[in-house]
Amino acid sequence: MAGTVRILLAKPGLDGHDRGIKVVARALRDAGFEVIYTGLHQTPEMIASAAIQEDVDAVGLSILSGAHNTLFPRVTQLLRDQGADDVVVFGGGIIPDEDVPGLVASGVKKVFSPGASLDEIVQWVRANVPSRGVTA
Amino acid sequence: MTDESHKIGPPTETLSGIPLREVYTAEDWANRERPERLGPPGDYPFTRGIHRNMYRGRLWTMRQFAGFGTAEDTNRRFHYLLDHGQTGLSVAFDMPTLMGYDSDHPRARGEVGREGVAIDSLADMELLLAGLPLDRVTTSMTINAPANILLAMYVAVADARGIPRSQIGGTTQTDMLKEFIAQKEWIVPPRPSMRLIQDMLVFGVRELPRWNVISISGYHIREAGATAVQELAFTLADGIAYVEAGLQAGLDIDAFAPRLSFFFDVHNDFFEEIAKFRAARRMWATIMRERFGARNPRSWWLRTHAQTAGVSLTAQQPLNNVARVALQALAAVLGGTQSLHTNSLDETYALPTEEAVRVALRTQQIIAYETGAASVVDPLGGSYFVEALTDEVEAAAWRYIRTIDEMGGMVAAVEAGYPMREIAEASFRFQQQVERRERIIVGVNEFAVAEEPPIPTLRIGPEVERRQIERTRRVRAERDESRVQGGLAALRRAAAGSGNTMDCIIECVKAYATLGEICDVFRGVYGEYREPAVI
Repeated sequence: MAGTVRILLAKPGLDGHDRGIKVVARALRDAGFEVIYTGLHQTPEMIASAAIQEDVDAVGLSILSGAHNTLFPRVTQLLRDQGADDVVVFGGGIIPDEDVPGLVASGVKKVFSPGASLDEIVQWVRANVPSRGVTA
Repeated sequence: MTDESHKIGPPTETLSGIPLREVYTAEDWANRERPERLGPPGDYPFTRGIHRNMYRGRLWTMRQFAGFGTAEDTNRRFHYLLDHGQTGLSVAFDMPTLMGYDSDHPRARGEVGREGVAIDSLADMELLLAGLPLDRVTTSMTINAPANILLAMYVAVADARGIPRSQIGGTTQTDMLKEFIAQKEWIVPPRPSMRLIQDMLVFGVRELPRWNVISISGYHIREAGATAVQELAFTLADGIAYVEAGLQAGLDIDAFAPRLSFFFDVHNDFFEEIAKFRAARRMWATIMRERFGARNPRSWWLRTHAQTAGVSLTAQQPLNNVARVALQALAAVLGGTQSLHTNSLDETYALPTEEAVRVALRTQQIIAYETGAASVVDPLGGSYFVEALTDEVEAAAWRYIRTIDEMGGMVAAVEAGYPMREIAEASFRFQQQVERRERIIVGVNEFAVAEEPPIPTLRIGPEVERRQIERTRRVRAERDESRVQGGLAALRRAAAGSGNTMDCIIECVKAYATLGEICDVFRGVYGEYREPAVI
């Protein structure tokens, strides 16, 4: 039986641009998902540990500082190391197109470009994030 | 491509939600018989500009914000910009510098030199400023939580070159209230942050007559999703808080108020932006004269830098951004700005390439030299529409300022999360309008194209981080460690007590103490700020 899909939204790194993630958080919540927002300035370790403790189905990462090639793969690696590789990781921010294949190869399932609509993000999460909860 | 413009009409309200009439007449301009509200340019309340002859006397300063990689990389960009006719420097720092971490701190991993230049110690500052005539250019540094440290480094470089402190000119942003409200790069909590700013104000009055210690910034507030009215109101309310802080520190208002400057966003809503600049000048003059009793007319002036709205740029059809930036820049000029940064077309992808920066700078030069827009002071003054809109923007902003006053001022309002909630509401409302296509963004929710060729972007290689970390470790290994520790101990005593911290910070940076080490002193004495995570 399917439970409510739980999503952790997180801001890795040091940039404080949280306008986008807050708008996405509200849109996902309005669409019926359970949303947990970490707040700013999170390390990959803090994000992975929050994802596991909160037993979430997906992690959404937002970064606008240019550190995505370092920090996104670090989050997926830590999730894998801790046996949580079924958690779907997606992200967005100021990310050049040519960086997307590398991020996808590192385990980020989807990278949204600037200008992605809220509807596009909601539809994608609906189609790609199955609930892992309530099966045990 | 077909023209589908006929399907959708133009907006019927401003971006702040002020309803627009079809046509404006003399009836809509309530204050037309009140010269004390308008008056000639150069006269209180400066609605029409702070100078009588405005750009005839001196064009605005064309100041492109730049910074990436190491200090050498940014220094090269500065020389390039000066060679291409730029008239002032503006430094962007990377995230670790903004947050007070050295480049070898674990939290700096992946961030070094990405969004600006990495500055860890005086050694970096010496390279950043190499060959630049500090007694002739003015330098603006977008730095807040560690503004005191970067200012100390700038002073230390001038001291070493034998340039009198009275001759160096520039600006440190130092606007921590807007950091807590919007930009969110902080170190210590709001109240100790205000105390460190007081120390800078006192130091500035004493030693740096040409330095603007605080640039009270609406830019980040707007970019975080505020409306023009909120940007105006929260910025002026921040300004009121800094004036009160200066007075509490025992300064005479006319000694420091003339050195306060402002920094506003300039967004897409052309006339509302012009109205915002005009209303801002009138409101600040009123606040300074009526509320604080300043007597020096220079204390009444709202001098401002403007930057086109980064948030308005689109990744889709990026060449369209050149048109957006040109229109926004024109609004800033018609609004009477003192200096201007124009964004580059590629900034939704990365920091700009040199070619993109050149187009942005050329846009300003076209406005200045080809359009005639700079030839006449406040050319829209007396327009029924612009005057009515200026009045409406002003009235709405005063309502916010009254609410904040009732909460006990901006520091208390920030602690209560009030401006943050207002901004989050406004940004969500705007996004919903875009989703419903009540607001059109050309190339995004209308007039989109399927396939777009990629544009070139600036790449910052991983070797930047490695080189920067090596330099900082070398600095730590080669310096006089006992001088560093003595300096940091003296700073700790000043921070914990009531002594002015600025002289201690200057001694620390001259001993090559690093930015991270100095910030650790503040973290130790005052604790670190943690924002409650609210959606």
